[in-house]
Amino acid sequence: MAQTVTQTNNVPVKPTQETASSPWRDAWKTLRRNKMALVGFAIILFFILVAVLAPWIAPYAYDEGSLTDRNLAPSAEHWFGTDYNGRDVFSRIVYGAQISLWVGFFSVVGSIIAGTFLGLIAGYYGRWTDTLISRVFDIMLAFPSILLAIAIVAILGPSLQNALMAIAIINIPTYGRLVRAKVLSLKEEEFIMAARAIGMKDSRILLHHILPNSLAPIIVTGTLGIASAIIEAAALGFLGLGAQPPEPEWGKMLADSRQYIQKAPWTVIFPGLSIMLTVLGFNLVGDGLRDALDPRMKN
Amino acid sequence: MLAYTVRRMLMLIPVLLGMSIVVFSIIHAIPGDPAQTILGERATPEAIEDLREQLGLNNPWYVQYFSYLGQVVTGDLGVSLHSKSEISTEIVPYLAATVELTIFSMIFAVFVGVNAGIISAWKQNSWFDYICMLMALIGVSMPIFWLGLMEQWYFAQELKLLPSVGRDNPRDAVEAITHLYIVDTILQGRWDQLKDVLQHLVLPSIALGTIPMAIIARITRSSMLEVMRSDYIRTARAKGLGQFIVVYKHALKNSLIPVLTIVGLQTGALLGGAILTETIFGWPGVGRYIYTAIGNRDYPVIQSGILVVASIFVMINLVVDLLYAYVDPRIKYR
Repeated sequence: MAQTVTQTNNVPVKPTQETASSPWRDAWKTLRRNKMALVGFAIILFFILVAVLAPWIAPYAYDEGSLTDRNLAPSAEHWFGTDYNGRDVFSRIVYGAQISLWVGFFSVVGSIIAGTFLGLIAGYYGRWTDTLISRVFDIMLAFPSILLAIAIVAILGPSLQNALMAIAIINIPTYGRLVRAKVLSLKEEEFIMAARAIGMKDSRILLHHILPNSLAPIIVTGTLGIASAIIEAAALGFLGLGAQPPEPEWGKMLADSRQYIQKAPWTVIFPGLSIMLTVLGFNLVGDGLRDALDPRMKN
Repeated sequence: MLAYTVRRMLMLIPVLLGMSIVVFSIIHAIPGDPAQTILGERATPEAIEDLREQLGLNNPWYVQYFSYLGQVVTGDLGVSLHSKSEISTEIVPYLAATVELTIFSMIFAVFVGVNAGIISAWKQNSWFDYICMLMALIGVSMPIFWLGLMEQWYFAQELKLLPSVGRDNPRDAVEAITHLYIVDTILQGRWDQLKDVLQHLVLPSIALGTIPMAIIARITRSSMLEVMRSDYIRTARAKGLGQFIVVYKHALKNSLIPVLTIVGLQTGALLGGAILTETIFGWPGVGRYIYTAIGNRDYPVIQSGILVVASIFVMINLVVDLLYAYVDPRIKYR
């Protein structure tokens, strides 16, 4: 910093790594100091690695087991034991990480894309578009979210894809409202008025000026959203409305093994712990991001 | 206050209408012929035609919607395809079971959550604070259906401390009057049954109440920390009041305002979350009623069940909003 200030000649100074300061870099600095968020990052990274490397990590196939090996306790051969079909629980959990992360990530991306689009339109154009979109959001939020997801799956039929779609749909209003509120406040800012005054097209203003400024709260809510999407997917799986056998979805594993809980508690303990740890990871990072990116959102 | 109440209630009308459209659409959104889907592949064309007639599917959609709306407004929730009885009467015991469970979960969540939050804020950065906040963090990350299964396994099956399924002892069933078993047993003076009913409530209430408890603890803590820094608390301390009185009498009142909103929102979430808890603990509530209906493709029950739960959710939010305005009069003028 000192160097840039003392420069008096006209030679432009190239900002170096240390001198450049942007809100994103500041946020990253704050985040790096947050131990809990780092723990969260480590957990997420761990599960992503497990998901990506699943074929190399898993010692057995997730859908094959021998009936002679049913409900075996954890041992050197089967780290997390085997389930009622003699399948290796560890291998199933490893492959299950792929499903949970996939559903969590893509359902949130889906909600963000749809929600941002609707929020931008509602906030920027106002009047009847705003009234219509906001009322639809109100109505969707009037349903307990898991119930709405169940209703959607009841219509579309139970499958992992439909569960993902249902979770994406029920969370659209969250992002929609967030973006709309942000647009409403940004619209009055001078730089937007200036952009309009020089005749910039609406689409360009929305995408190049308003959207980047709404990004921080979207990222925070999105990270926390992945956590709840993973739980929602597991809940639908648990109710038999999500992943179908033999897919090693964690929620479905819980539902299928619950009748053997006394004989083989490990078949229920490990899938549940995996859900909890993954969700905890995203919650920790989400909380950290909130503190770092948007101090006003801090409680 | 009256004007605000009326305005807030009028705002409900479009939301309730919208909800009725969503619920009405459930049956129409089924891909293909709904009657065919409900009856399955091997249904005769006559049976399908009869069902189409019964569900009114042969009329244009707007006729169907307005007749549906007319029915709902007059309290007619349709007839279950499975049990052939009126849903509006059939749903009552299920609803009562869910209400009882929800109230108990909320009592647990508020009592534990608020106190944990207060003490955490009071003893900020102590080991108690750290443990509480860690527990709260784990609590919000916990899949409640897994917590329920673990409770059931450990406390009911391993330790045999508490019953693991149902609402009462099946060999000595509660005679239903209001279907709220706590009230029923008290009305009949059956204290042995009351104890039984309470024991059945413990595990499901804890499972269902854990997430709201964690959220309430976090909100109470942060809101307490904010209030504790304010001038009037300093004044209270300065005039020599004991710490306990300052915390519980002066600070608590103002820090509970944000907690109130959360309680309202979470009660609604509990109604939805109950479907999972009820499945695990064999609790004969409205969540299980809807869930069973999905398995039976009993669409009238699915529709009415969802409509009833969502309406209760909306009403709770209304009550919370009104309470909020009552507690914090500034809100009315916004």
